[in-house]
Amino acid sequence: MDSLGLLADGLASAATPQNLLYAVLGVLLGTLVGVLPGIGPAMTLALLFPITYAVPVDSALIMFAGIYYGGMYGGSTTSILLNTPGESSSVVTAIEGNKMAKAGRASQALATAAIGSFVAGTIGTLLLVLLAPTVSEWVVELGAPSYVAILLLALLAVSAALGASKLRGFISLFLGLTIGLVGTSTGQARLTFDQPLLADGIDVVIVAVAIFAIGEALWVAAHLRRAPLEITPVGQPWMSRSDWGRSWKPWLRGTAYGFPFGAMPAGGAEVPTFLSYLTEKRLSKHPEEFGKGAIEGVAGPEAANNASAAGTLVPLLAIGIPTTATAAIILDAMRSYGIQPGPQLFDNNGALVWTLLASLFIANTLLLVLNLPLAPVWAKLLRIPRPYLYAGILFFAALGSYSISFEPFDLLLLIVLGLLGLAMRRFGLPVLPLIVGVILGPDLEGKLTEALALSGGDVSTLWSEPVAVVCYVVLAGILAVLAVNAVRRRRSATSTDQEVAA
Amino acid sequence: MTVVVAYSPDPYGEAALEAALEEAAVRRERVVVVNATKGDAYVDPRFATADQVEDLTARIAAAGLDGVVLHEVVDDVGAAVVAAAESGGARLVVVGVRHRSPVGKAIMGSVSQRVILDATVPVLAVKPQR
Repeated sequence: MDSLGLLADGLASAATPQNLLYAVLGVLLGTLVGVLPGIGPAMTLALLFPITYAVPVDSALIMFAGIYYGGMYGGSTTSILLNTPGESSSVVTAIEGNKMAKAGRASQALATAAIGSFVAGTIGTLLLVLLAPTVSEWVVELGAPSYVAILLLALLAVSAALGASKLRGFISLFLGLTIGLVGTSTGQARLTFDQPLLADGIDVVIVAVAIFAIGEALWVAAHLRRAPLEITPVGQPWMSRSDWGRSWKPWLRGTAYGFPFGAMPAGGAEVPTFLSYLTEKRLSKHPEEFGKGAIEGVAGPEAANNASAAGTLVPLLAIGIPTTATAAIILDAMRSYGIQPGPQLFDNNGALVWTLLASLFIANTLLLVLNLPLAPVWAKLLRIPRPYLYAGILFFAALGSYSISFEPFDLLLLIVLGLLGLAMRRFGLPVLPLIVGVILGPDLEGKLTEALALSGGDVSTLWSEPVAVVCYVVLAGILAVLAVNAVRRRRSATSTDQEVAA
Repeated sequence: MTVVVAYSPDPYGEAALEAALEEAAVRRERVVVVNATKGDAYVDPRFATADQVEDLTARIAAAGLDGVVLHEVVDDVGAAVVAAAESGGARLVVVGVRHRSPVGKAIMGSVSQRVILDATVPVLAVKPQR
């Protein structure tokens, strides 16, 4: 078990006072943004990107990991107390969690969410420690053609799997790919409009800050005055013996759903939380409580979303493919340090990775210790007037974008892309495909060029590796399902039309 | 004539409401309870819940008075109270006042202060009993 030995070394370097401080900072900040609706870990990481210029790489990554895990925790507090999910991964938690709160069981709901998140996060991180090195050893064998196929699959899955509308997903993906094209990286100027400042392409951080922070701020400004929501007062989270008895199985089942979905391209946290909820509803010994505040309906999904956060790190670290917006920003942060996540990561930057993995355990423990007693304090954050909140966000957004290259032109880009972000929210376009497209689009092009260069321009090289073939088969399968569903929907739509006509 | 009261579900609002009900009872006047919010935060503890609004209506009726509760999202809570006083031809506006720290004054505007300064009719400022 040399993994565990390496992990112990990682733990030692993660537990230095400085790194512990960054871990605490990360989880506090993560919970804070998780609690506030509309502000998520992805936006926070994008805003905090400039710290990567000043802070050593291990500290920055530890803080980012803390924010990621913290966001998953914080989202549940808002879901339960306010019936408004703080994060998309906590949508399902609101269903039973808010009912529990209304029935005076807010403390128990918060407790099962926090402890379930801890259990799932710990198991998930353990699985990550065991799996990631194995996966990366396997990935090392893959050639460029397999990479092209995996990247294509990831892009398709990210766009098609989430959200109700596939069309919107693909529009968002192609917007992202288009933004990724800008620049002269291929030796040819593309979409630069003869503008020398665009020759280096558009920095991913500017895109992320604009879409997340500026877009959201404009969107909130457009809907500023809304009737406040009724919040359920809450005391110290705690659970009775029977609550424990009813919670531990959903925690484990939620973990079992969350981790694999997080590890899959485009798995995300939304699908496993929903599946976990349905499973608990079916298996519950108290089915009559579902819809009225069943603790199982909080325990399962909350475990699932934290396990999926851990799962997300498998493809990120081992292959270099982000499956969530937050992971996409972490990937970009690592690249800005000159670290390329992927198969070589464990060999080239072993110490760093193990420190990061160890810090995940620390972050998880900190979250449990901090969040159980602090839940009432977090709830108070929701009283901050939005103008103050977003003024701060806009300030950091502008500062962060300007600090990338001290170029006023970047602020112009920020505003233009921010308007794009507003338009995307207005028309219900998902944000994730765009961000993933911006990051993975150039990767895909690079790998494709590499594969074709090696084969001397022979296109058949693209399906010369078994992994690539498997990916294309899966890809074809997904496309076929999409097509069949679309045809079926259209047919049922026309048949109802005819019935109406008759 | 009416008595307008700026209400919030806390000791200050309660004190104001009590005083307003007493004042209105003296001359059998209409009571207009204003509970408004700027609606710019996710949660505003000074904005009454639907249940609390029902309670208010019931309390006005229990005092044997005629009245309404204005429960709404507005640009400026102080201005909303003043406007309610002007449109209803109020005789008196009642507000609850509290101690505020210098920092608090710098950051947050004061509804009571706006009402006291802007209202065109007499304003009764009350404090909760200690």
